[in-house]
Amino acid sequence: MVLAIIEVKGLCYTYPESETPSLIDIDFRADPGEFVLVTGPSGCGKTTFCRVLNGLIPNSYGGDFKGTVVVDGMLTATTPVYELAQHVGLVFQNPENELFCTTVEREVAFGPENLALSREEIMMRVEEALETVGISHLKEKSPEELSGGEQQKVAIAALLAMKPKVLVLDEPTANLDPVSAKSVLELMYRLNEKNGVTVILVEHRLEMVSNLVDRCIVFDAGRIIADGAPREVLYSEKVSELGVGIPKIVQVSKHLSEFVGEQLRFLSSDELASYIRGRRN
Amino acid sequence: MIRIECVTYSYSEGISALDGVDLEIGDSELLAIVGENGAGKTTLVKHLNGLLKPQHGRVLVEGIDTRETTVATLARKVGLVFQNPDHMLFAETVEKELAFALTNFGVPPEEIAKKVEWALIEFSLSNYRDRSPFTLSGGEKKRVSLASVLCYGPKIIVLDEPTTGQDNLQKTRLASTLTRLNRQGETVIVVTHDIEFVADFIPRVVVMSKGRVIADGPTEEILVRKDIMDASSILPPQLAELSWEIGLNTPSINTAMIVEEIRHMLGRTNK
Repeated sequence: MVLAIIEVKGLCYTYPESETPSLIDIDFRADPGEFVLVTGPSGCGKTTFCRVLNGLIPNSYGGDFKGTVVVDGMLTATTPVYELAQHVGLVFQNPENELFCTTVEREVAFGPENLALSREEIMMRVEEALETVGISHLKEKSPEELSGGEQQKVAIAALLAMKPKVLVLDEPTANLDPVSAKSVLELMYRLNEKNGVTVILVEHRLEMVSNLVDRCIVFDAGRIIADGAPREVLYSEKVSELGVGIPKIVQVSKHLSEFVGEQLRFLSSDELASYIRGRRN
Repeated sequence: MIRIECVTYSYSEGISALDGVDLEIGDSELLAIVGENGAGKTTLVKHLNGLLKPQHGRVLVEGIDTRETTVATLARKVGLVFQNPDHMLFAETVEKELAFALTNFGVPPEEIAKKVEWALIEFSLSNYRDRSPFTLSGGEKKRVSLASVLCYGPKIIVLDEPTTGQDNLQKTRLASTLTRLNRQGETVIVVTHDIEFVADFIPRVVVMSKGRVIADGPTEEILVRKDIMDASSILPPQLAELSWEIGLNTPSINTAMIVEEIRHMLGRTNK
């Protein structure tokens, strides 16, 4: 068995001054190189889970924390956040809140500079991160003059320059238009496929992302209520009752299953269309 | 009734944000304005409450030319909910935020209390009434900004990207609130990128591209037109894409209709 890159055991967490726990009995493990989609209704614990993975909880937030979280071999509760930041990068909803440098290049260099790396190493990492994300042409620009999608890519490049093994993204496309959103999500897919980065992605746009991921976990009221391949999870009764916005293609496939006498499990219009064309020929 | 007649507007010389827009919106309509970034959607709706005045052409809101009145007067008729709630919210508590406009309009306190109560319940904000809006999550702030406009009951409501950061349940609730207000006679205009939301809930759609209106009509007819979707670089609804890929004679955005069409298609070939 591969050594897990993330291992969460018996986690219960309650924010300071809150009476109800935000996470209850969470057991979760991810293998290196997995691409995991996290979804569930607002307030279900998704964001809290992200903060747990990079150690902001409990290190910065405090609160009542039970259980263990190990990321890349480190116990988060006893590892400083700056140390964890070299292993786990966290991308937030609103890139405006994260960017503060005058140029894209400086923004991306900021993390590695703080690691006290050599100048050559920093420049190499910056170049590489900008190229991977596809924004080398923007390096002289100020993050302020970029579109939301471009800003989000700068935030991702800034994390990649730290060479993290895990990227955690908390609704990175929430404020983006569909075309930019698609491009950010496809970038995550490439980073995962080509660079082997483990990706934990919180996302509501299931129709855009479900065919890109290996695995889908669903939170409800602080608990993980479903965990499996997206073709299993999105087709399960429990999840469709939760009202998480099951993609139209899934709905149509479910309706057709009975008619064609087999269980259809399609996630994209391409898949369903080629099946239908195949049946007609 | 809103009449937009041949309106042009540019923020800086040479680049026109609106390039001769004509649009008529009847009383108690429910419509969406869609289009790529920079298509002119937000510029257009800022003309409806007089925040921007046309450089050419004119905008009539219930017969009043927006150039001949003030934003304050128009604001009572036209409520505009901005995209970013941080640009709208400022009060100490959610409750005060909701009461603000009503107080300014000189509404009696009992009436204010009633309307605020309605809005708190309608937008699932009752638990947050005494909280500062700034301590809420993105999705919750968004609901406060919607509630703060809807609770003073303008005849015309314009919402810029109301579904961002909302989960599916909240979107469905928002849709039913908008539909209900619309049935009570209000005009509801939604500016959005959320094409699936439009496909599911909004009967009329106006498509903008490069400062012009390039299509306007019933949602189920417009969103299945590949030429229009391509011209405006909008990602089409999943079911429209499926319709095109399998070559349906009557492409659709309706789940039941698509299922029926496919059954028909497969049934015929089975025989």
